[in-house]
Amino acid sequence: MRLVILEDYDLASEWAAKYIRNRIIQFKPSADRYFTLGLPTGSTPFGCYKKLIEFHKNGDLSFKYVKTFNMDEYVGLPRAHPESYHSYMWNNFFKHIDIDPANVSILDGNITDLEAECEAFEKKITQAGGIDLFVGGIGPDGHIAFNEPGSSLVSRTRVKTLAKDTIVANARFFGNDLSKVPTMALTVGVGTVMDAREVMILITGAHKAFALYKAIEEGVNHMWTVSAFQQHPRTIFVCDEDATLELRVKTVKYFKGLMHVHNRLVDPVLSIKDQ
Amino acid sequence: MPTNKSVSKAPITQFVNCRILRDHKLQREDLWVREGRILDPEKLFFDEEGYADQRVDCEGLIIAPGFIDVQINGGYGIDFSQATSNVRGGVALVAKKILEHGVTSFLPTLVTSPPNIYHKVLSEVKVHSGGVEGAGVLGCHLEGPFISLEKKGAHPEQYLRSFQSGGMLDLIETYGTLDNVAMVTLAPELPNSEKVVRELAQRGITVSLGHSVANLSQAEEAVQNGASFITHLFNAMLPFHHRDPGIVGLLTSDQVPQDRTVFYGMIADGIHTNSAALRIAHRAHPTEIYGNALLVTDAITAMGLPPGRHTLGQQVIEIQGLHAYVAGTKTLSGSIATMDMCVRHFKQASGCSVEQALEAASLHPAQLLGITRCKGTLDYGADADLVLLDDAINVRATYIAGQEVWRK
Repeated sequence: MRLVILEDYDLASEWAAKYIRNRIIQFKPSADRYFTLGLPTGSTPFGCYKKLIEFHKNGDLSFKYVKTFNMDEYVGLPRAHPESYHSYMWNNFFKHIDIDPANVSILDGNITDLEAECEAFEKKITQAGGIDLFVGGIGPDGHIAFNEPGSSLVSRTRVKTLAKDTIVANARFFGNDLSKVPTMALTVGVGTVMDAREVMILITGAHKAFALYKAIEEGVNHMWTVSAFQQHPRTIFVCDEDATLELRVKTVKYFKGLMHVHNRLVDPVLSIKDQ
Repeated sequence: MPTNKSVSKAPITQFVNCRILRDHKLQREDLWVREGRILDPEKLFFDEEGYADQRVDCEGLIIAPGFIDVQINGGYGIDFSQATSNVRGGVALVAKKILEHGVTSFLPTLVTSPPNIYHKVLSEVKVHSGGVEGAGVLGCHLEGPFISLEKKGAHPEQYLRSFQSGGMLDLIETYGTLDNVAMVTLAPELPNSEKVVRELAQRGITVSLGHSVANLSQAEEAVQNGASFITHLFNAMLPFHHRDPGIVGLLTSDQVPQDRTVFYGMIADGIHTNSAALRIAHRAHPTEIYGNALLVTDAITAMGLPPGRHTLGQQVIEIQGLHAYVAGTKTLSGSIATMDMCVRHFKQASGCSVEQALEAASLHPAQLLGITRCKGTLDYGADADLVLLDDAINVRATYIAGQEVWRK
């Protein structure tokens, strides 16, 4: 893996956004060959989305030939609800960029046959040629998407019942009323993300530090599902200093020492204006 | 551009680089319009996988719902209370001109007049939507003749009436019809008014109190019977008195039913109401966000015309600078300020926010008339009647049903 450590949240967001930008532009997407991107929601990627929007508004990046697949969505939450992941993606990303709505895929948590929806989503990814870059976050309990502790490391897109921890953590978005928080979600599986050609995990904040430690310094374990990516050929963890607080000094020093190598991935930063 | 896989093939316009008035706040958001209505872009994106066909760059301007003037007696030489040979043409001329002031809907107002005037005008002026020809007519505002003699203001005394035949009969006899009537201003102290107020309110016609010497209890009773507006607060009514505040006391009355709001009309032209009085009214209401102020122009024939003598109803008036008097007296006969002037002045004099000032001219009139589903807001599904303004609240462009009808 690559472990890219930036000083703070803003710098980590910017690094990640530049990386995504360079990957898309290097790929030279076109009508015959789309760049497929897997996307997360939550507070962690928020800064990254803002930066990507900035790049687009400056004319340096276009999403015209990008297809996106979101990781998850709540079950039974009306799509127009401000806390649905559809709303999150629209307000924080899609409405500010030039993506074609036909190229956006988000699981539908209000459909009657949830299993069929999950199968169809997997098929859609396959039909799109697989995911070029899957961006994700990590929960305090080490989960990726809604693959809660105990999820199979070869799981596929399916319905999951949320862990109590997750529901409590989400309550703040539902007026702190536990009864209003959705209890189920549709999520891509660990296996689904592992199929991506490249994976980038964003981890910021001290509250994620223990999960990062478990994910990269301990073994592959279905209790900390992000650990599965130790077995992926191309994974980047982008984090801030606070997220490294539980790692061994040796690990941090090693990867910080590699920053000049890592930075070549984002410097020079490419632009469609030069094409 | 590839076609949208959409529910409707109609073109979609996206207003960008703007600040829109939504949820009582100016927000940096784009505004989407299709088929003359405000469109929900999120629904468009996910349900229809659609996007805009056309973008309008607003260059940082404010987009507010089009202004609604519920009291305007004429302008540009036109007097709605005069039976000319071309009543419709007169209304149309004013309707076209007021687009420049950001007004997209209005109530042509008739002052106290003889029955034949009402019969003629009401038969000609119909409710209709606005467009490139001019602002829409939401109905007529009949200010009189059932008003108080002592507070007639500029209204002609000989045509004042009472409810001597019991109420509704007098109304029908005088007006001829209540079709296309959106509002009636009357004095609630007139005997038999209670039945009239109730009946009009039930028919969906806004009842306003004005040109009256009613005391507070009479005003409160009228509100309980359905009255919901005060015509030009402070003007043509008893002044506030600490033992009987009169109609002005409705601002803070505890007898107004919980589910009802009493709006007050304000001619914020800097002349009809002293700024301090305007502020007392503005601050009287406890709810900061919503408020009850409603801006009206009460514009008369001379609005838009050069200084001199002009006709209003059955009388002659004289313009002196920004003042309009009953000729030969110092009685104000109406205003010549335009709606956008009123919005600017109201904001400056009351110290309210730009959002509150804009809402006083758009949302509140729509709330008063009960038409907020399609007017007075930029909510999804509402008619796309818009006014584009700069930060100093100068009108730069006006739109009706999503179509540009005036640009500076």
